Amino acid sequence: MSIDHETVVKVARLARIKLDEKDILAYEERLNRILDWISMLEEVDTQNVEPMFSVHLDHMPQVDDIVTEPSVVAAVLANAPEKELDMYVVPKVVG
Amino acid sequence: MTDLISKSLTDIQTGLRRKDFSATELTKAYLKRMEETRELNAYLEETPEVALKGAAASDARLAKGDALDLEGVPVAVKDLFCTLEGHTTAASKMLEGYKSPFESTVTQKLWDAGAVMLGKTNMDEFAMGSANLTSAYGKVLSPLTLPGDTRRFVPGGSSGGSAAAIAAKSALIATGSDTGGSIRQPAAFCGIVGMKPTYGLCSRYGMVAFASSLDQAGPLTRTVEDAALMLRVTAGHDPKDATSLNKAVPDFLAALKKGVKGLRIGIPEDYQVDGLNPEITALWEKGRAWLEEAGATCVPVRLPHTKYALPVYYILAPAEASSNLARFDGVRYGLRVDGETLDDMYERTRGEGFGEEVTRRILVGTYVLSAGYYDAYYLKAQKIRRLISQEFATVFKDVDVILAPTTPTPAFAFGEEPKDPVSMFMNDVLTVPANIAGLPAISVPGGHTAEGLPLGLQLIGPAFGDETVLRAAYALERAANFTPFDGVSQ
Repeated sequence: MSIDHETVVKVARLARIKLDEKDILAYEERLNRILDWISMLEEVDTQNVEPMFSVHLDHMPQVDDIVTEPSVVAAVLANAPEKELDMYVVPKVVG
Repeated sequence: MTDLISKSLTDIQTGLRRKDFSATELTKAYLKRMEETRELNAYLEETPEVALKGAAASDARLAKGDALDLEGVPVAVKDLFCTLEGHTTAASKMLEGYKSPFESTVTQKLWDAGAVMLGKTNMDEFAMGSANLTSAYGKVLSPLTLPGDTRRFVPGGSSGGSAAAIAAKSALIATGSDTGGSIRQPAAFCGIVGMKPTYGLCSRYGMVAFASSLDQAGPLTRTVEDAALMLRVTAGHDPKDATSLNKAVPDFLAALKKGVKGLRIGIPEDYQVDGLNPEITALWEKGRAWLEEAGATCVPVRLPHTKYALPVYYILAPAEASSNLARFDGVRYGLRVDGETLDDMYERTRGEGFGEEVTRRILVGTYVLSAGYYDAYYLKAQKIRRLISQEFATVFKDVDVILAPTTPTPAFAFGEEPKDPVSMFMNDVLTVPANIAGLPAISVPGGHTAEGLPLGLQLIGPAFGDETVLRAAYALERAANFTPFDGVSQ
């Protein structure tokens, strides 16, 4: 499996990262190098092996859904690049 | 006062309690050292006021006879741990100027134990790198130099700033994080001790996330004893981290004295990887002899899936990173680059905010998780992860701990680093398996190359076998009688 120019553009779009044309070429080459190397995993027989998502946990611990830290609006917004009326401001989404 | 920075943690504790010197004097000695060694770029931010305030509080407690476990101990904090004091950038332009509104659990535990914050250390951007070359705020120099040689060396990464600070004696202990070797590899490169505990032993709360199923906080110190003490303070269950282990924290310090008599040590021939430096092979052999002389029994073990751990890592870690780093959207915190539309703003912000290595890993991660490739890459890697983990579990039925080298090569000089990304990844080939399986592992300085570069030996234990790992490390350290770099760069 190798990555072509179009795939890099698609993946960058999925990841919401703007790349210029020069970058795309460089990433195409490097990603292919990495994926070629990773392809050695194909030789491992994984039939009847369950995937392992976490090393120690069989299940996620549950907690009660209660508010533990009220009144943190100012702290939450403190690093916002743009805010107004205790809300984050983003470019207009609805026409 | 200059010799204050050469004292071990244990001596510091005794000296402070005996009033041989004050916490303020100790802190001032470290702050001076930090200034003298600025050329290393080990610190991204120095926090002298915070340090002196902390030292004054320590002196007040000492005067009352209420000294805490890490009273007055000057700490360097990897810039990946969120702290209320100073900034937290993870060495990324994306988080330039970010002030955390909360404190990470690991650092909170340090402050609660009386430790003093010196500053935040440089690292690879978002902990992605093995030489501290990907920081958005410049490379870190290892303080190590060779006689008659003008070359400067990389400190390793990603906890390169923390490792350089310990080696240069501009901090007594430092925090690091280890996702694929980011504590152990720089520890080996700088001739210090670095430990990645069992996954879940230390809380991940307040650590800037890279690959959550692999990330683990741990100590970088000059000695195994210091690491044991620091780990005892920073470990423990935390309800704020769902993967935090709900187990009692053992007295790691007491464990050291037990010795290794009767321990069975596995020597994995599968760690004899291509490109393993012959001087490292020789040190590995010495390490085995040292442990045997100390009363342990060494036996060969097989871990045939070892060679797959690194490519598995380079699927899982980028996949998790691509998800974790989705939070940097220019809306809630961090960099924002304006755009015409919301998507345009996201793309410009992320295009500008992330460095090349981080972008590459996000792209790989996005690709392996994307429709049509998920099974072939991500799921396949998760299955091999189970095989690797099971293989370790089988070996640990027979042995108590595994002895291996930490890295395939010693530190490399600037300009001599591998240019190809895959060759750079090879730095982590011997450290990654412990992360994949969530096992505790430590790097202990064992010796030097003929040229004089430090080399590390690694001990890997079964899950929750942190005590045994430290015991064996203590024995190795004593036998190796390693001469540390004197900590003074030209």
